[in-house]
Amino acid sequence: MNLTLKIWRQKDANDKGGMQTYQVSDISKDMSFLEMLDVLNDQLEMKGEEGVHFDHDCREGICGSCSMFINGRPHGPKKAVTACQLHMRSFTDGETITIEPWRARAFPVVRDLVVDRGAFDRIIAAGGYVSVNTGGVPDANEIPIPKDIADEAFDAATCIACGACVAACKNASAMLFVGAKISQLALLPQGSVERKTRAEKMIAQMDAEGFGACTNTAACSAECPKEIPQSVIARMNREYFSAKASSKNV
Amino acid sequence: MILDSKIPEGALGDKWTKHKFNVKLVNPANKRKYEVIVVGTGLAGASAAASLAELGYNVKAFCFHDSPRRAHSIAAQGGINAAKNYQNDGDSVYRLFYDTVKGGDYRAREANVFRLAEVSVKIIDQCVAQGVPFAREYGGLLANRSFGGAQVSRTFYARGQTGQQLLLGAYSALSRQVASGKVKMYPRTEMLDVIKVDGKARGIVTRNLITGAIESHSGHAVLLCTGGYGNVFFLSTNAMGSNATAAWRAHKKGALFANPCYTQIHPTCIPVSGDHQSKLTLMSESLRNDGRVWVPKTNALAEKVRKKELKPSEIAEKDRDYYLERKYPSFGNLVPRDVASRNAKEACDDGHGVNETGEAVFLDFRDAINRDGEDAIRAKYGNLFDMYAQITGDNPYQQPMMIYPAVHYTMGGLWVDYNLMTNVEGLYALGEANFSDHGANRLGASALMQGLADGYFVIPYTIGNYLAGLGLDKIPTDHPEFKKAEQEVKDRISKLLSIKGEKNVDFFHKALGKIMWNYCGMARNAEGLKKGKQMIAELRAEFWQNVRVVGKNEELNMSLEKANRVADFLELGELMIDDALAREESCGGHFREEHQTPEGEALRDDENFAFVAAWEYTGDNQPENLHKEELIFDNVKLTQRSYK
Repeated sequence: MNLTLKIWRQKDANDKGGMQTYQVSDISKDMSFLEMLDVLNDQLEMKGEEGVHFDHDCREGICGSCSMFINGRPHGPKKAVTACQLHMRSFTDGETITIEPWRARAFPVVRDLVVDRGAFDRIIAAGGYVSVNTGGVPDANEIPIPKDIADEAFDAATCIACGACVAACKNASAMLFVGAKISQLALLPQGSVERKTRAEKMIAQMDAEGFGACTNTAACSAECPKEIPQSVIARMNREYFSAKASSKNV
Repeated sequence: MILDSKIPEGALGDKWTKHKFNVKLVNPANKRKYEVIVVGTGLAGASAAASLAELGYNVKAFCFHDSPRRAHSIAAQGGINAAKNYQNDGDSVYRLFYDTVKGGDYRAREANVFRLAEVSVKIIDQCVAQGVPFAREYGGLLANRSFGGAQVSRTFYARGQTGQQLLLGAYSALSRQVASGKVKMYPRTEMLDVIKVDGKARGIVTRNLITGAIESHSGHAVLLCTGGYGNVFFLSTNAMGSNATAAWRAHKKGALFANPCYTQIHPTCIPVSGDHQSKLTLMSESLRNDGRVWVPKTNALAEKVRKKELKPSEIAEKDRDYYLERKYPSFGNLVPRDVASRNAKEACDDGHGVNETGEAVFLDFRDAINRDGEDAIRAKYGNLFDMYAQITGDNPYQQPMMIYPAVHYTMGGLWVDYNLMTNVEGLYALGEANFSDHGANRLGASALMQGLADGYFVIPYTIGNYLAGLGLDKIPTDHPEFKKAEQEVKDRISKLLSIKGEKNVDFFHKALGKIMWNYCGMARNAEGLKKGKQMIAELRAEFWQNVRVVGKNEELNMSLEKANRVADFLELGELMIDDALAREESCGGHFREEHQTPEGEALRDDENFAFVAAWEYTGDNQPENLHKEELIFDNVKLTQRSYK
């Protein structure tokens, strides 16, 4: 396959940045999308130019590093896959592919396609955990959890924090990400002790980071590579209202 | 140099309990005066950093990723072992210990392995308390499954994403300590050297990956939780960024490197599809619970399959060779990884390979689907089947999967004593970065167990013993040893950037990987190893003359990051070969063709090789010194491993 690539290049956070056009040829349909970018970077380096920077690590769709808009969609055209698991057989010979970084005020561009998602870590640090120290916990089977509840918590827990939900949203809302963690822990008995303070603190941090409000268009779930459902946002809202209704922090 | 493993006296089952009582304690008021540096935030690093901070120590944690949650522990699929015996099927701490020593082909320390088995049960309790959503039965209790190398069901799992869920548990505990101010987190920061003062590890040099700033950090102890070195092969199931730099720099500062030739080749990976391949993808070993491994009985049939003239489903039962079930009737498809991998290689070497390259065997779910229904198989392995379909474009519900072994894990690593301290005082190695628990072959679902055991339940006890005797003095980072180490790192970076050669970093990494795979891979012999060693020396020389690193230091520069790592792989690769040459026996993942039984199984030499090979760096391009730690087996009888 021969392809034309239009890629966002930006030297650093202060650079204005812009789209650049590149050609790649002899791309195999069995290559992953990132392997295609490896080919481009090989070419650029052999010309003495710096390659296109993009975050990537496991290339198995689980670490959540890769983060790019491909033809206007987070992680590209296929449902429920990350950019690293997208293969070139999803494209056609001669196609022009546009590649951009996540665009959200809370995710400033670091370089090219690399953005700073530290806001997600700060939201988790605000309350995305059960406050137990190592040791001194009950035997694992002393906390029976109905299978359907455990499965629902698991579905929420599969979030990889890639940020596609934020990137897909017109308001750059992080509610799918935050709702996933709040739901996982609210569903489980281990997390229910702190459910009120957790909801309050995580949402306060989410707002402080500059993420927008939910648009109710569900683009986040549609683009989520792990298919986190909309119901986590509903649950998050319920947790939040319930917490606020009886909060000590009025 | 005498290697003192510091294994406590007493009966096997009492050692850890006694040791915990005998170690010195640091009083709570003093704990807050100590600073501990933790490098790496995977299972071992995140669990250690969180647990030490909970105790009151001040922790500085470093990772090269943008977030601690992205460490490669996240990609572990199958599960985590623990001797809970929830299934009433005869498991016990002793059996897990026994299976691990045997699975490691009798090349691990008994005392370390027993402790691992002992604390395994607490890990599950801890993770559940954190809200890790393990798989459950309808009654609400935890589910288990069996895994390669074991005949009991002791593996806890969270679908095919166990590593992710465990890491997110440890990450949440770490995040809580970040919020409390006890852990200062440094993401996108890579460690490039260890700093020693008066023979003790007292700090590290780091590079800020965004700005390129070279900085040093002072602490009372340094914990390396930086994973394994499988990426020396270029193609492996490791993440692209996984590297050996922290461990290797520590090695060059005096820490011994133990058993570097012990690498694990995982039997169930998606085969290589072409030269463009950047990494290999593992399919969880749990698939071998229901999948049957086979190749066509004759080369003629295999040839037809390779040419796509015949679909695998069209091959009659009598024309299939289920070689694992045939050769190992009692363990069948559940033989340990090294045995499964070697047999796949043998089948393909004999011309029975089933894909275009001739390097693949079938993993077939037809019988399981007929028995349990497609829905049941989807519920168990759905995400793995989807991943396979996504990568290969084939539907594994209709045609068997094709698999081939790939480099997956490294049992070797920095030599540590029972306290997880290297021979450099104050320098510790945890998780895959050390060598201690898996011998010559790791059993499935034991890596997660070891990483978390080291971080949650071993280091919090053992580090106090060292710190209590160290004193509270802090060393300022303008100390001459700090400045000297910083300068060395800067000089090396300038050197890499100044070469401006003709070939980029990936060229050298791929070339190194091919040499390692061909001469120090699944089967090794003296002639090949010597050839490989020579080729690496030449490649390394060429690297330092002809590598092209683009860009500059003072920016996010992934080409420079890779160059730093590949330069270290080029040295480590040669040590792996030296170790493989010196070990004139076959054991676990190390198979020397000269040493095999008439049936082609690994032939150990317990009389001469029941030792840990710990290598000492002696200078650039100098041969390393070999030190031996004898392995003493008081509890387990050394036998020829048999899975027949």
